[in-house]
Amino acid sequence: MRVIFYIISKEFRQIFRNKGMLPIIFVLPLLQLVILSNAATYEIKNIAFGYVDHDRTTASRGLVERFSASPYFEVLFAFPNAAQGNTAMLQGEVDVLLEIPDGFEKELTMRRQGSLGVGINAIDGAAAGVESVYINQIVQAYNKDLAVEVRVPPGTARIENIPLFWYNQTLNYKTFMVPGILVLLVTMITLFLSGMNIVREKEIGTLEQINVTPIRKIHFIIGKLLPFWIIGMGLLTIGLILARLIFNVPMLGSLLLLYGYTSIYLLVILGMGLFISNFTDTQQQAMFIAWFFVVIFILMSGLFTPIESMPEWARVLTELNPVKYFVEIMRMVMLKGSDFSDVLLPMLKTFLYAVLMNVMAVWSYRKTT
Amino acid sequence: MSIQVHEIYKSYGQVNALDNISFEVKSGELFGLIGPDGAGKTTLFRILTTLLLPDRGNARVAGYDVVRDLNAIRRHVGYMPGRFSLYQDLTVEENLEFFATIFGTTIAENYDLIKDIYVQIEPFKDRRAGKLSGGMKQKLALSCALIHRPKVLFLDEPTTGVDPVSRKEFWEMLKRLQEKDITILVSTPYMDEAALCDQIALMQDGKILEIDTPEAIVRHYPKPIYKVGAHDMYLLIETLKAYPHRHSVYPFGEYVHYTDTRMDFDSGELQTFLEAHNLSEIHIEETAPTIEDTFMELAKP
Repeated sequence: MRVIFYIISKEFRQIFRNKGMLPIIFVLPLLQLVILSNAATYEIKNIAFGYVDHDRTTASRGLVERFSASPYFEVLFAFPNAAQGNTAMLQGEVDVLLEIPDGFEKELTMRRQGSLGVGINAIDGAAAGVESVYINQIVQAYNKDLAVEVRVPPGTARIENIPLFWYNQTLNYKTFMVPGILVLLVTMITLFLSGMNIVREKEIGTLEQINVTPIRKIHFIIGKLLPFWIIGMGLLTIGLILARLIFNVPMLGSLLLLYGYTSIYLLVILGMGLFISNFTDTQQQAMFIAWFFVVIFILMSGLFTPIESMPEWARVLTELNPVKYFVEIMRMVMLKGSDFSDVLLPMLKTFLYAVLMNVMAVWSYRKTT
Repeated sequence: MSIQVHEIYKSYGQVNALDNISFEVKSGELFGLIGPDGAGKTTLFRILTTLLLPDRGNARVAGYDVVRDLNAIRRHVGYMPGRFSLYQDLTVEENLEFFATIFGTTIAENYDLIKDIYVQIEPFKDRRAGKLSGGMKQKLALSCALIHRPKVLFLDEPTTGVDPVSRKEFWEMLKRLQEKDITILVSTPYMDEAALCDQIALMQDGKILEIDTPEAIVRHYPKPIYKVGAHDMYLLIETLKAYPHRHSVYPFGEYVHYTDTRMDFDSGELQTFLEAHNLSEIHIEETAPTIEDTFMELAKP
């Protein structure tokens, strides 16, 4: 026990003495969190908006006002007819063209129904999808108000079928991205550091010196890796505080559950780091291999692209991606307030992964040194 | 017997790093492995310190088998690798404390053993190891290898790249350690250091050429040896090599060591030969063979 404790304190002393390492561990990731969370956005602002109002009633003008009030749309043109609107879209002057049919108000009050024509420039498919969501939201919001103004019984009037976004009603991408990016940072830092750590002792020759001492290998490994487990937990804590303070990301679920899961998850990453260490001779090699895996893990984690839209074989592969589970659980717990029973399955898988990874890592450590 | 090596073989692919190595080191002896780079010294060290398994043969260190009882050996040997391999970013004291801790001991417990060496670096105990001079690094490494009071100490080329004064000091330290009943196995490419050992083994290409005391090894030298000097070293060597009766010609400091194939060698005849080849200031004198001469003779293909 004393030996493990001593190695840990030695490890921390070395980390804190390394003037180049400290900012890499703590400052850069948080900088990344702030930059990426603000930059990696699905949100689209300043959408060029044009409309054709055939109705010219209070209801139609009210609807258009809603669009001008929205921060997402910039109402630029009012076209006298649809043909001119379409020409403008062809020339790229407007991205969204709304056509309000004649008799819109009448239909809405009499038959409690209405229809609108919307044209969206879908050169960028993803943007078009988001724009369509915004339009739907505005129209839906408008319709509720309208029901009050024109004294139609609430809940009965329908313009269109509107999807309702649960757990993140405003589709605030930050709420969605921040937990994911936090996962990315915790994973990256702990994998790189642990992967490079034992290799470093190999490189400077101290590993050979250690190997002729009676220290038990398992004690050595624990002493070497535990500091990075602690650093990983520390990063998570700082990240969560920033998520709350800067991005106001909700924390609906239990913090204890989140930390409990992370403590298992970090074992997977540390095992992986040790495994990489065993098969490399220099820090440079270790870094490259770690990078290779991190890039695949991140791109296939569902962080940026949904796993559901991946081809079948890729979806099967993501089962082996620990980052996927962490992203999933992080979002579930923070945004949805999932409890222990909800995350039990991915948690069990992660636990199994951790056991497997560490058995392999320790076994290969014995073999190679 | 402190170290017993019996018919050890080790090869890396096609290269025989160790080829039938056997020798014994008595308790409290200072035993030197002398040989050029690539002779197999480090491989032998790695086998004896349990870092490497031999292909064949067996060896015992401090009474323990290097393959079966490796954990016991690790408690009783100290190893100082050729390359400085301590933590450069830890201080002198932290390095020492680290090795004391992983051996399950403390600095205080064995301070008497390392005192002589450690006092010399103690004024710098808060300095990072990476900032020490070469000689001080070496003293720290030796202190770390001794902190658990080993029975056998392995030193792999401890003086390579160290200045002559520090080298001399280092050997004096080894002599003092020997008095504390520690068996020392040391390797070195420097022939002058060999004379300071109790026993030496001359190694080349994975084989032991000869094992004996330094005095005996020199005594076994088969021929009278002459040191030859002249105004032009290069021309002298070339001319001597062209001399029909030459047996061996090696540069040795400012002279050339020369042996003849005949027993009735006449230095006058050689002098005439050299003068005929435009050499002047010629000086020929019989000299005592050194370990280096012996090594060169034994290593002669």
